[in-house]
Amino acid sequence: MISGAEIIVKCLEAEGVDTVFGYPGATICPFYDSLYDSNIKHVLVRQEQNAAHAASGYARACMKPGVCVATSGPGATNLITGIATAYMDSIPMIAITGQVRSDLLGRDVFQEADITGACEPFTKHSYLVERTADLPRIFKEAFHIATTGRPGPVLIDIPQDLQENMLESFEYPKTVDIKGYKPNTKGHSVQVQRAVELIKKAKRPVIVAGGGVLSSGAKLKLQKFAEITQIPVLSTMMGIGVMPSDHPLYLGMLGTHGRKCANTALHKTDLTIVCGARLGDRAIASPDQMGTRAKVIHIDIDPAEIGKNVKTTVPIVGDMNNVLKQLINDIDGFKINDEWDSEVKELKAHFQSKISTFEGYVEPRTLINKLSFMLKSKAILCADVGQNQIWCANNFRIREGRFLTTGGMGTMGYSVPAAIGAKMARKDRDVVVVCGDGSFQMSLNELSTIAQNNLNIKIIVMRNQRLGMVRELQDKIYNCRHSATILNDKPDFVALAKAYGIDSAEVSSNEEAEKFVKNIVESDKPFVLVCNVHPDTPSIL
Amino acid sequence: MQYTLSILVENQAGVLSKISGLFSRRSFNIDSLAVGVTADPTVSRITVVANGDEYVVEQLEKQLNKVIPVIKVKRLTEGEFISRELSLIKVHCSAAKRFELIKIAELMDAKIVDVASSTVTFEYCETAEKIQTLIDLLKPYGIREIVRTGTVAIDKGKAQVST
Repeated sequence: MISGAEIIVKCLEAEGVDTVFGYPGATICPFYDSLYDSNIKHVLVRQEQNAAHAASGYARACMKPGVCVATSGPGATNLITGIATAYMDSIPMIAITGQVRSDLLGRDVFQEADITGACEPFTKHSYLVERTADLPRIFKEAFHIATTGRPGPVLIDIPQDLQENMLESFEYPKTVDIKGYKPNTKGHSVQVQRAVELIKKAKRPVIVAGGGVLSSGAKLKLQKFAEITQIPVLSTMMGIGVMPSDHPLYLGMLGTHGRKCANTALHKTDLTIVCGARLGDRAIASPDQMGTRAKVIHIDIDPAEIGKNVKTTVPIVGDMNNVLKQLINDIDGFKINDEWDSEVKELKAHFQSKISTFEGYVEPRTLINKLSFMLKSKAILCADVGQNQIWCANNFRIREGRFLTTGGMGTMGYSVPAAIGAKMARKDRDVVVVCGDGSFQMSLNELSTIAQNNLNIKIIVMRNQRLGMVRELQDKIYNCRHSATILNDKPDFVALAKAYGIDSAEVSSNEEAEKFVKNIVESDKPFVLVCNVHPDTPSIL
Repeated sequence: MQYTLSILVENQAGVLSKISGLFSRRSFNIDSLAVGVTADPTVSRITVVANGDEYVVEQLEKQLNKVIPVIKVKRLTEGEFISRELSLIKVHCSAAKRFELIKIAELMDAKIVDVASSTVTFEYCETAEKIQTLIDLLKPYGIREIVRTGTVAIDKGKAQVST
C-alpha cells in the first residue's frame, strides 16, 4: 500500500527532481512527512513567494523545471506573485499546494483559498486533484506541460485527504497524451524558405534575441547564425546572455532603458529577425510602427506571440533550436554586405558610454563592469528590479554565464531568492546578487535561508536611499515631487547581515568596493557588500 | 465584425471558467456563449459569438488554442453555417389581445407554449436576428421576461469541427 503523499514524492523522484523549495503547513503535512524519507533536498525559505522565485532561479540555472511547495490558504496565495513572475518570464515550474480536505472544499474552512481559480491568469495550466489515483497522470502531464512548448508554471492543488488516501500500487506513466496540447517544434519549411529569401534581400538586417533563445538552449546556434551571416544581434532584457557582451556582433540591450547603439540599429534596420522575444512595451516603445518601417521575421514557439505586438512579414512557429538549425542550413553561407557591417561597427564605437562619478560614493556601473571580470566566466548574476537592474543589464559583461532577472513582471525582491535557487542548482558557479536598498528589503528575510544552508552567495546592495527608478520617473514626469520614494532611515545592513551570521561590509568608493569584491569572491562563504551610491546616479546615460 | 467560433474542449471541471476568464482578461467582447456535450461524451462544444476586428479574432483564436483543455478552435465561415438560438419570451396579454398575439406567432412560425389570464409565453428557435424581429414585434404588448440560450452553430454540408 502507498499513500498519496508517497506517490507525490515518487512522481518527483521519477521526474529527476533533486531539490524543492517550500514552506510547510497543515494541509501539506502528509507530503512533508513523506519527503522526510526521500533523498530530495528541501530548502526551507522564509516566505512562500521566495519559494517560487527560488524555483525560478533554480530552473533557469540548470535548465530543469523548478519545484515549489506551499500549504493551503495564505501559503498558496503568497506563492502567486512568484508564479506570476515565472509565467511572464516563461520559466518551467511546478507549484504544489496543499488544499483543505476535499469534503470541506467550498465551505470557507480554515486556510481555504481557491488557488487554482486565483492563479488562472498566471499559470500555463492548473489541476485541482479530485482522486488520489489521478496523481501519477497529473504529475506526468504537469511536468510535460511546464517544460515543453513555451515553458511556464503549472499548479497542482492537492486536498489533504487525497495525500492521505492509500492505493494498492504506484506506477508512473511513461507517456502523455493531452488531446489539446501538441506543441509544434519544427519550423514550417516554406516559411523558413521565405525567411531566407528576405534575409538575402535585406540591406540592413538585425537580430533581436529574447529569452526564448536561452530557454530552448539555442544560444550557440544563434551565435553561429549571426557569425555566418554577420548580422548584428540586439537582445531584450530576458535575452541578455545570448551572446557574450564583448562579441563584435553584439550591440547590447534594446528598449527604453537599453543602449543607444542597439536602438539606433533597430531604427535603421530594414529587416528585423525576432528570435524568441515577445517584444513588450519596454523593448519596443511603439511596436505598432515597427512592422511598417521594416520587414519582420518572427520566430517563436508560441504562435500567439506572433503578430500580437508587432506586425509580422514572415511568421515561423517552432523551437528556436530547430528553426535556427534550418536557417543555418538553408542560408548557405550567405553573408550581409560590408556597408551595413561597417555602419554597425561605427555605431558601436560612436556610442561608447562616458560615466560621470560622484566623490565619496560608489559608481555602480563601473563597479558592475569590473565585477564581471573578477568573477569566473560562468558566473550567474541575479539582478533585482529598479535602477540596479538597468545598471546590470547594460554594464555586466557576460561571458559564458547567466543573467537572471525578472523582465516581464519586474518583481522587486526577486534577486536574493532567485540566487538561492541558482546556487542550489549550480554549486560550482559564482552566484552574485546585485540589488538596491529597496529591493533588498523586500526579501532580506532570506538571509536566514542563506545562512542556514551556508550558501555561497555574494549580495551587493546598491544603497542610494531611494526607490531610484520611480524617483527618476518623478523627476521626469511629476515635476520632481518625490512622493514616497525616499528611504533615508538608513538601516545598518552590515549589523543586520551579521545578526544572521553573514559577514558584511559597507563601502563608499569603487577602490574599496573592488578590494572587497576581490577578497570575497575567493571565499566560500556568503557576504553582503553594502555600496553607498549617490542618489543622483542615473539608470542610463 | 461579428464572428462565430466553435470550440471543442475536454469535458472536465473548470474548463468553462478558463475560457470565460480568458475573454474578460484579454478584453474580448462576447455576444453569446453556449456549451453542451458532443457525440463523444468526453468532449464538449462551446459556441461563441463575438465582435471585433481581424486582429482581435486572430488573437482570440490563438489565445484559446493555448488553453490546455481546448482541443480545437474553428472560426465558422459567414454564410456557410446554420445557427440557431432558443428563446422563451413572456408577454403581457389581456384576453382582448390574445388573438393578435396568436397571429404574430403564426406569422413568425413561433410556438405559444403557455397561456395564462394575463400572459402568453412564446417559444422561438431561430437565428439571433429573427429572434430580435419577434422581440420588436412583441414589445408594444409589454414583454415581461426573456430567456435565451445563446447561439449554437454547425457547418453546412460535409464540413465539420472534429478532433
